[in-house]
Amino acid sequence: MHNSSFFFQRYGLTQNDLERYLGAALSAGGDYADLYFEYHTTTSVSVDESIVKSASRGISAGCGVRVISGERTGYAYTDDLAPEKIERAARTAALIASGPAKTPIVDLKEKQNRDLYPLALPSVDADVREKVELAMRADRAARAHDPRIREVRVGYADELRQILVIGSDGSFAEDSQPLARISVMCIGKNEGGQSSRGSAGGGGRVSLDFFKTEKTPEHFAEEAARQAIIQLDARDAPAGEMEVVLGPGWPGILLHEAIGHGLEADFNRKGTSAFTGLVGKRVASDKCTVVDNGTVPSRRGSLNVDDEGNRTNETVLIEKGILKAYLSDKLSSRLMGIPNTGNGRRESYEHIPMPRMTNTYMLAGQDSPEDVIKSVKRGVFAANFGGGQVDITNGKFVFSASEAYMIEDGKIGAPLKNCTLIGNGPDVLTRVSMVGNDLQLDEGVGTCGKDGQSVPVGVGIPTIKVDRITVGGTAR
Amino acid sequence: MELKEVATDVVERAMRAGATAAEAVAREGNEFSTVVRLGEVETLKESGAKVLGVRVFHGKRAASTYTSDFSAAGLGQLVSSAVSLARITSEDPESGLPQASELGKLDSDLDLYHQDVYSLSTEQRIEYARRAEKAATSADARIQNSEGGSFDAADGKKVLANSLGFVGEYKRSYCSVSAVPVAKDANGAMQRDFWYSVARSIKLLESPEEVGRVAAQRTLRRLGARKVKTSQVPVIFDPLVARSLLDSIAEAVNGDSIYRGASFLAGKLGEKVAGDNVTVIDDGTMPGGFGTSPFDSEGVKTRRTVVIDKGVLSSYLLNTYTAKKLTLHTTGNASRGLAGTPGIGVGNFYLEAGQRTPEQIIADVKEGLYVTEFLGFGVNLVTGDFSRGASGIWISGGRFAFPVEEITVAGNLKDMLNEVSEIGSDLEFRGSVAAPTIRIDGLTVAGE
Repeated sequence: MHNSSFFFQRYGLTQNDLERYLGAALSAGGDYADLYFEYHTTTSVSVDESIVKSASRGISAGCGVRVISGERTGYAYTDDLAPEKIERAARTAALIASGPAKTPIVDLKEKQNRDLYPLALPSVDADVREKVELAMRADRAARAHDPRIREVRVGYADELRQILVIGSDGSFAEDSQPLARISVMCIGKNEGGQSSRGSAGGGGRVSLDFFKTEKTPEHFAEEAARQAIIQLDARDAPAGEMEVVLGPGWPGILLHEAIGHGLEADFNRKGTSAFTGLVGKRVASDKCTVVDNGTVPSRRGSLNVDDEGNRTNETVLIEKGILKAYLSDKLSSRLMGIPNTGNGRRESYEHIPMPRMTNTYMLAGQDSPEDVIKSVKRGVFAANFGGGQVDITNGKFVFSASEAYMIEDGKIGAPLKNCTLIGNGPDVLTRVSMVGNDLQLDEGVGTCGKDGQSVPVGVGIPTIKVDRITVGGTAR
Repeated sequence: MELKEVATDVVERAMRAGATAAEAVAREGNEFSTVVRLGEVETLKESGAKVLGVRVFHGKRAASTYTSDFSAAGLGQLVSSAVSLARITSEDPESGLPQASELGKLDSDLDLYHQDVYSLSTEQRIEYARRAEKAATSADARIQNSEGGSFDAADGKKVLANSLGFVGEYKRSYCSVSAVPVAKDANGAMQRDFWYSVARSIKLLESPEEVGRVAAQRTLRRLGARKVKTSQVPVIFDPLVARSLLDSIAEAVNGDSIYRGASFLAGKLGEKVAGDNVTVIDDGTMPGGFGTSPFDSEGVKTRRTVVIDKGVLSSYLLNTYTAKKLTLHTTGNASRGLAGTPGIGVGNFYLEAGQRTPEQIIADVKEGLYVTEFLGFGVNLVTGDFSRGASGIWISGGRFAFPVEEITVAGNLKDMLNEVSEIGSDLEFRGSVAAPTIRIDGLTVAGE
């Protein structure tokens, strides 16, 4: 019994209450019901034109009730945690089923006992003035980097999400999930009047100390400023198919878009993914092993438990080029008869969970990054990316490079602008001919959107070479 | 307490706690959604929520807080925490509420709320979704799968109150029906597309059968898509795709990007930035419009603003803060979430229609691309650089020849605005941003 824990203490929840709510949820039958309690606090600070233009703080709390009956899901939520409101939400969600009432099994024994993000003091509770100082340091560092940096905007944002998930199958989990991030955006302008933009940021499930000791505001500021300055001299990207080298780290968004979404079990259960039916088949060159790993300590995409209360895992998606598994949640694992990989996630108590990625990355290979570049006669080196998108049904994915260079005769040349890459998920990795020994995870900025729900994620990749992909520039 | 009273109460509390000015925004709403897949209900969701945000000023310092806890203790904490945060932010000479003389609301009936979106029974709503999906899946033997038909309804009330005595509220309703069929060709390759109708009243919604029929047609025409050779050809944007171009223009005239020089249109007020045929309007006053409201998020009356007048940039979109920065006047486009400083949003933002039908425009193209979908985010508003993934239909001899995919369309927005060679007559609002079919020349289509 966890009467010392957050929700029990703050809202006076008892085992009796939880049994009653779940009983109401299963009052018209159904195979399974769960309650998701959430108490979410946020703070943010923004420094703009070298002054603190805004600071904010917020609280949202609520409970979502889900009832599953066969392939059907009923869902209702309340932002008022009074017992009668939760019970009413439970009765609304119950409308999805039609049968005799069932009795839930309520078990308040906690099964997960690890902590991937132990913090003495979550950053939301730290002094706001310290956050202001971090943001001001980033502002100063970006401006000091180069006189051509004209505008700097720094955001610091953190949150603490306390959750309690309890299912009618006896599942029970609580977690306290911190998240913090600094982001820096710079505008550069040269004497010729050309403007450019550079941005960088990072963080994770970390405390404020992380930004003082590990990744400082100066680190992110200089990175954003550096990118803006490089872009001032960028020329138009080429157009057409060519060799492309992806740099390590954030370019792992390729895996997220090209592979990851298509391997989410809901699409495969419905047969609407370009990867449907491909488990056991070759979808990548034998140099490629790709995992989704929710257990990397302190990472932005990591979770002790997913939003259905299951432990997260390291799941091998592609092993030496062969497709191994889909990412699943409770509903899809039950309906498809596959293991539950612990990837059931949701944006908040207002949302129905679904299979989502955590940290998705490719394992390191044997090649040195220098050799990868040297091997390219004429192509593009994409060092950094903005966002991407995929159509999971036909497999086409797009992502745009925010920092890219021409490679000619094995040497990195002029910076490029306007460089979008488009490819086909199920075959792009079959054209990976070299994989670097320099795996890096991104710095902790990724947010993934699916069906209108945003969740924090991570990506990673070593330097890789793709033999042929379409580069969408304008130059010949 | 009524939402209006809560908002005014919070403003008063903030003033008593030492704020020199305060503004509260409160929202309450209900949402319903259902998805029917392959004839069976897949999800049914129904709920309501309310939230409150407050922005307080301590002289020229500002801060904000929000909460979903409407208890006395919750509201007390909301206010005290905002007031104490406002002591640590910086003096910002341009910060503050609008001038009292700028506050106001449209008093005509804006036709934003119809009770009927919420009066349907659950069974009737499910039936809408079922009928839309059925119309799509029964259209052709190649459509055997689907991501479902859906029906959504929502209503909401928004209240704004400030310490200058402004109190306003309005209600809006919304409903939509959509279908997402999946088609498969003889080789097993799949394509998916969608169609939808959205309205403020059930009576104005297109029939689910029509929505399903169009969704099927849009999906089937993608089957057998292939890449094309890299080339420079005329590109026709269908209205949905042209709309995303208008989204980019809206961002580029956003006062926030303008004052910091983060837009390719910064400093271009009064200059020719587009062809003579291009007129772009933002109108927050259109009755029944999806972007219509009686006042903006700072309590300033909404209005009709000509943004680009026959190619000349005639106005930016501004709120109080950005207007002060640029020594202009607010255009009543303040838009705010619960926390932070107000941003800028559009009313009903559209490209004025031309004379010719889409069919006539297509018939003139010897070799070209008709784009039906953009993928990805390859638009840089600082430089105007544009490069996005696309799919669509190849045009040959003035007719649709074959579907294409895995290509990109690239150019620069500065040039694109001047190279709009055709604007269709088919302007239609399916959201707050709208555009007719357009043709742009000089773009690079990258493929093989």
